[in-house]
Amino acid sequence: MKINDVILRTVTKTVVFIILTLGIYLFFAGHHAPGGGFIGGLVLASGIVLLYLAYDIETVHKGMPFDFKKVAALGVLLATGTAIGSLFFDAPFLTQTHSYINVPIFGKMGFSTVTIFEAGVALTVVGVVVTIILSISEDE
Amino acid sequence: MLQVLYIFIPMLAAIFVPFLYKRIKNIHTGWFVLAVPATLAIIYASYIAKVADGKVFLEELPWIPSLDISVVSYLDGLSLLFSLLITGIGSLVVLYSIFYLDKHKERLHNFYVYLLLFMTAMLGVVQSDHLISLYFFWELTSISSFLLIGYWYSRDASRFGALKSMMITVGGGLMMLGGFILLYLMGGTYSIRELIVMAPNLVQHPMFTWSLVLILLGAFTKSAQFPFYIWLPDAMEAPTPVSAYLHSATMVKAGIYLVARFTPIFAVSELWVWLVTGVGILTLFWGSFFAVKQTDLKGILAFSTVSQLGLIMSLLGASALAFHGNGATDTIKFAAFAAIFHLINHATFKGSLFMIAGIVDHETGTRDIRKLGGLMSIMPLSFTVAAIGSLSMAGLPPFNGFLSKEMFLTAMLALQNFEFFGFDTWGALFPIVAWIASIFTFVYSFYFVFRTFTGKYTPEKLPHKPHEAPIGMLISPMILAALVVTIFFIPNLVGDTFVKPAVQAIQPFLYDSPKDINIHVAAWHGEITPELIMTFGIVIIGVLLFVSLPKWQGIYQKFPRSLTLNNAYDKIMLGLDVGLNRVSRLYMTGSMRHYLLYMFSSIAAIVIGSLFVKKAFTVSFQDTAPISPYEIILVVVLVIGTAITILAKSRLTAIIGLGAVGYTVALFFVIFNAPDLALTQLVIETISVALFLLAFYHLPKLGKREERMRFQLNRAIVSIAVGVMVTLIALSAHSQKLIPTISKYYEETVYSKAGGGNIVNVILVDYRGFDTLFEITVLGIAGMAILAMIKLRMNRKEKSHENK
Repeated sequence: MKINDVILRTVTKTVVFIILTLGIYLFFAGHHAPGGGFIGGLVLASGIVLLYLAYDIETVHKGMPFDFKKVAALGVLLATGTAIGSLFFDAPFLTQTHSYINVPIFGKMGFSTVTIFEAGVALTVVGVVVTIILSISEDE
Repeated sequence: MLQVLYIFIPMLAAIFVPFLYKRIKNIHTGWFVLAVPATLAIIYASYIAKVADGKVFLEELPWIPSLDISVVSYLDGLSLLFSLLITGIGSLVVLYSIFYLDKHKERLHNFYVYLLLFMTAMLGVVQSDHLISLYFFWELTSISSFLLIGYWYSRDASRFGALKSMMITVGGGLMMLGGFILLYLMGGTYSIRELIVMAPNLVQHPMFTWSLVLILLGAFTKSAQFPFYIWLPDAMEAPTPVSAYLHSATMVKAGIYLVARFTPIFAVSELWVWLVTGVGILTLFWGSFFAVKQTDLKGILAFSTVSQLGLIMSLLGASALAFHGNGATDTIKFAAFAAIFHLINHATFKGSLFMIAGIVDHETGTRDIRKLGGLMSIMPLSFTVAAIGSLSMAGLPPFNGFLSKEMFLTAMLALQNFEFFGFDTWGALFPIVAWIASIFTFVYSFYFVFRTFTGKYTPEKLPHKPHEAPIGMLISPMILAALVVTIFFIPNLVGDTFVKPAVQAIQPFLYDSPKDINIHVAAWHGEITPELIMTFGIVIIGVLLFVSLPKWQGIYQKFPRSLTLNNAYDKIMLGLDVGLNRVSRLYMTGSMRHYLLYMFSSIAAIVIGSLFVKKAFTVSFQDTAPISPYEIILVVVLVIGTAITILAKSRLTAIIGLGAVGYTVALFFVIFNAPDLALTQLVIETISVALFLLAFYHLPKLGKREERMRFQLNRAIVSIAVGVMVTLIALSAHSQKLIPTISKYYEETVYSKAGGGNIVNVILVDYRGFDTLFEITVLGIAGMAILAMIKLRMNRKEKSHENK
């Protein structure tokens, strides 16, 4: 008997979009509301894991040709990079700065180097979680 | 500079020995080495006249100036005498070793490097005026002697002997270091000269006795005194030149030197006198008694060395009595002179006897006295030297041993007239024991020489066909034997040049210069003295005992092996080995559960104990918030979840119980206003439960019985104790907050300084981003580790296939 998981796949197609959007929302909202790089990363990872559950590894890999080990490494590198970057501006290690800029359409917006650091955290979390789950699932 | 440099000359020369050995193959390396001690002997000989006039020479080489540590070379009568012995006998031994060790078969570069190293160490010991450098050289003698004893390292007995001597002498050396440090703490200086000057003030110090005992332990172990002498007979596995040099003339006298050197400091103590004299006389008797039992030539000599060292030691102990003015007669002052005089004599005759033993071994192939006999006509020169040495050792005229034995008996007889420290009652024992020991000395001296050289010649028992040794091998023992005779005829010249300056160093408070010492040695005092009568007794009884030796030698076999000191040493070493092994196996079970039990119970005991000892346990409910119904419900759920986890029969139930606990904690975060934590906790709990389920699913089928966790009382007690500990700490910590929290600062500056609204997140990435940086690193490493564990295991599986 062949298992037909058309419902799961259809639902997944919709839900993954929502989950990923939620993850990105949590990521950006982190500085002012609950959320942040860690939670955002976890939610993103759970979306990706759902994809792996609904489809098989090869299919997902075709759609998202990332090596998640490298994603994790990139995350740590990004976080460390922002930390070291402050040294070039004669500030102590890991100094963060922020400013408010008027952007044409959106109006006044806050920009902060924290976001880059958070991006590092999120990428690490996504990379690590997916790596762990993939490597366990590939194990016999 | 030069005088300190002399000490290091042998060590520096040792650097070149391997090159000479490798490059110049047709000349025995020993010839080059011979130049070193010979030159030094000439250099030190040039000091003799000045030192005999009472001059001293001092030179300092700073080593660690900030710690007041330096190498100080101090040449007075005592250290000059020892330096001359070391370099003089050293030259003779090197000369002897050239003929004894074959240049093709032996690893000569090792031998001479060790020997030169030893020479430096020994010169350093006797010339050091600084306690720390004295200790440094002292241990260097132990190490170089260890290397020399184990020279033939492929033999088991060599390694055993080397290890045994190392254990005992280094053990004693460490004791001595302790004594030195105590001396420094008492006197505030490392210099022995300065300590001697302040000796009267040191006696009252509470650490004085400790320092005395510890330093004596060092001296007794090195000089093979009872009961530490056991390493010396086993050290006879060394090549004979080494035995002649280290174990008769120099190293075993390091302890004698130490006692002599420290006599001015410690002599005021009654304990010192009794310990040194008592142990010395006991060793004298013990060594001489058991020397007759030995069947190995070098074994006899080893026990005889032990016994003679005891003799010198007891004389040094008696010489300490001279510091106690009342009752110190002239005969007591005699003791120090006798000690030094016998030290010189012993070095001469014992050195020659060892060399003869080596010659006999070398020419016949055995040292077993039961196989030897009748060598007199085959080896006449060796026999002459051996006879001179043995008769001197037995204390007969016209040899130097006679003079020193007479002086020894005089000093021992004088002890009972000393009205102090209970010597007037117990002192009578000393001459009796000394007399009996002298009889045995007489017996073993005769035993040594006549069993080897007279009697029946049995060539069939000997591995080689014996013949007289080459003349080069005989030069050194002949020189020493000549000295033995010469000293008998010119004792006062030796006394004035060598002995009196040394005596002045031992008893600096009594004399201003060596010339003040009013002692004249004479072989014949012109009247019948008590000691002369004793000597006649020794000779008569000694001859009788020697003649009847085969009849009574059997009593030694009756002495039970289990009561010997060697057996005790073996038992102790084995007991330490086995016992400590057993102790560590007792608690190092290899079971993780046991280790966790140790850890948790000690943490709980320490923390709860200190909470109560420091009276830190207080509970106050003043600052607590009111409890809402939601919290009660959640606590009930939490407790149920925990109970399920612990009591569950199936693992699946336990995992679900754990999940319930995790989600309840997330709910706690919700009602305690921690949305970030709640979100994270929910997702993480989900992932970890999924991973638990994965682990559960892969459990091996066999033996997967669903069984409730067994109840064990000790584990229950420890877990309850840890729980109580955590609760107590939490309550106490909450009840007594000393410092206000810093969260106010975050609240005020989160928007103005960091431009954010979410305090938790801003703290994580901005205020304390450092933590986050490394937490994501931890996460990354964990991911890599899981990947590596899984992938590498698969690789291993493939490999095992390849092997098939």
